[in-house]
Amino acid sequence: MSRYLERAESLARMLDAHHRLSLLPRPREAVFQGWSATLVSLGMEERFFERHGDITARAANDFIAFDPDNPGSIQCCLKAARENGRAVRGTITADLWETLNYTYLESRAFKPGLADAGRGNFLEWVKYRAHLARGVAAGTMVRDEALCFIHIGTFLERADNTTRLLEARWRDPGRRNERLIVEAAEWAVLLRAMSAFETYRRICRQSVTPERVTELLLMRNDLPQSVHRCLDELEINLEAIANEQSAETLRCAGELCAQFRYGRFEELCAGGVTALLDRFQIRLRDLGARIANDFLVPLSSAGAP
Amino acid sequence: MYDEMLDAGSIPRPHCRRYCDWLNEQPPQRLAQKRAEADALFHRVGITFAVYGEKTDTERLIPFDIVPRIVPAVEWTTLETGLKQRVRALNAFVHDVYHEQEILRSGAIAPEEILCNTQYRPEMQGIDVPAGIYAHIAGVDVVRDGEGRFVVLEDNLRVPSGVSYMLENRKMMMRLFPELFAQHSIEPVAHYPDVLLENLKSVAPSGIMDPTVVLLTPGAYNSAYFEHAFLAQEMGIELVEGQDLFVRDEFLYMRTTRGPQRVDVIYRRIDDDFLDPLSFRPQSTLGVPGLLTVYRAGHVTIANAIGTGVADDKSIYPYVPDMVRFYLGEEPLLANVPTWVLRRPDDLAHVLNHLPELVVKEVHGAGGYGMLIGPAATRAQIEEFRVRIKQHPERYIAQPTLALSTSPTFVAAGIAPRHIDLRPFVLSGREVTVVPGGLTRVALREGSLVVNSSQGGGTKDTWVLGKQAC
Repeated sequence: MSRYLERAESLARMLDAHHRLSLLPRPREAVFQGWSATLVSLGMEERFFERHGDITARAANDFIAFDPDNPGSIQCCLKAARENGRAVRGTITADLWETLNYTYLESRAFKPGLADAGRGNFLEWVKYRAHLARGVAAGTMVRDEALCFIHIGTFLERADNTTRLLEARWRDPGRRNERLIVEAAEWAVLLRAMSAFETYRRICRQSVTPERVTELLLMRNDLPQSVHRCLDELEINLEAIANEQSAETLRCAGELCAQFRYGRFEELCAGGVTALLDRFQIRLRDLGARIANDFLVPLSSAGAP
Repeated sequence: MYDEMLDAGSIPRPHCRRYCDWLNEQPPQRLAQKRAEADALFHRVGITFAVYGEKTDTERLIPFDIVPRIVPAVEWTTLETGLKQRVRALNAFVHDVYHEQEILRSGAIAPEEILCNTQYRPEMQGIDVPAGIYAHIAGVDVVRDGEGRFVVLEDNLRVPSGVSYMLENRKMMMRLFPELFAQHSIEPVAHYPDVLLENLKSVAPSGIMDPTVVLLTPGAYNSAYFEHAFLAQEMGIELVEGQDLFVRDEFLYMRTTRGPQRVDVIYRRIDDDFLDPLSFRPQSTLGVPGLLTVYRAGHVTIANAIGTGVADDKSIYPYVPDMVRFYLGEEPLLANVPTWVLRRPDDLAHVLNHLPELVVKEVHGAGGYGMLIGPAATRAQIEEFRVRIKQHPERYIAQPTLALSTSPTFVAAGIAPRHIDLRPFVLSGREVTVVPGGLTRVALREGSLVVNSSQGGGTKDTWVLGKQAC
């Protein structure tokens, strides 16, 4: 439930980044390659090409935002968040349920083919609803396991999404642009899309470079979007719900977290940033599977535990 | 025809005067706007059900009418007493069926009518249930006859639903028209979940100090799932599916993230057939394998009890007034609708001669399906039914076409009379309670007598006025 919501929000941020990029002076193939990198980082490229011949901004936008046959689209995520919320209706508050339900119901008013302004409104709206749902959860949920699971879903997904946003930017060859100013602008767009631009300015007080942005979004533990912060939160919540079979999961989470807590940025990306991000995404996926296995699967498998 | 608000001269009945005055002052736009507001709020709460198998995201809302149904205190008291009496007798009957079967030996009911009934569960024979209660929750459908008296149409003792509408409709009315609640003294219904939980706890297996109660649902795709989640939430109990429960050493446990937890009472919202694949339908994935062994050992209470359906079968319904006399030694306060049982040759002959005037129902049908409404049917439909009745007369009962009372209802043309029924919920534990109110269903199509939501029915809030009012 919280994973889907977080994913919807981060997809909205990705599309927002593309929208902002499209306002920069960039060559046509850079735009094309930018979308291609995004689809690859989301793992949606195959499905996209099954349905569309060429990448156009409009087709890619609609595919990621609205396509009912793309289970990873924003609208499908909002629906899945609501259906999961319905399935655990007994453990969440009415306020949270109604927020999820109404978010889905209202989302149906937005249709594919929106012009830029309309699309911008939709993306803003998605972000706002995600903020709202998190606020409602914080303001109404009892501090119990259910809330811990909500947090785990949120931070697992957010860590993953931050790496995907970085990955898409690193893979986008547009960044090899000779003109450093444009490159800086492209990375600034990423920061703005993640609502982290002002923070960057406050913390770094230097011009925007790919390395600095990457370091900030991976290593800082005081930035809510950073991978380090997400892993810290994940660890805290996993500890709170630990059971007799979750020790190994907790160890994996701690080990991963330690890389960011105690590691050096330069050493971590010695083999290249995208390789680091790839490695990390695999570990994160493994962690997600472990959590499901420790806490969720025994509930539905047959026989006594 | 009896109207709930207006007498024969179209003058408001005394208990409705204040409401009618208010209603006459309301501009139609305000009512229309309030109804739109209600629709939006019901969608937000999620009291909708998806229509699966349809490609579009269809979600239906049972239409809500903003004009309440108002029951004066004195009428309610009579109805309440009659309902309690009836449900006490029904519980005594089910107990008797699964123990001594005195009513069969007395000759009042032919044994084959019970023992060959599909709702009869031989597995229940000789099992003692706490306090002898089988129907912990009964949703008794009552309607008015031509003279305006309440009569019982159906007893609904298996898994009666609709109580969430009683509660949500009230919340909605309070939100839309707070001024009406200030002007009227309306008995509250919001304590229903508390009473239900107390009742369920009171029938836990003996020796359990603080029983664990769960609500067993078939899952999120069931059309009544909203109600299941809603009631679990309101009672503060776990909402579980069959796979969340398991049986070990004749006890029932619930899987939790903290390990197994013993369960003492199941408020089940799935039919007998699906409860235990080892005893009933083997292919059912909704139930709990081995549940019946726990039940037979007396280590869990199931509400409503397995096998209760034998008492609300349409073929058994005609005997309920006799049950009241037989078990309680009292005269029934609530009458049945006169019913012809077509397994009886005399009744069959009468009905075949009067099909165009009568309503014929399948004994095991529900939800308004499989019935013939004589006055509304075409000649061909009647003849088709005649053939079916002659083939299997034992599968049918017949009743006169009921007038059903009307109540003013807000429809496209404004305020107009529509037919209604009433389903109060009778709770039985150590004592019998009826929360003052119920689910009023309304047939929104002009002239229609079918109130089922699957066939164009809607709902209304049901007000029981306090004793000091009017």
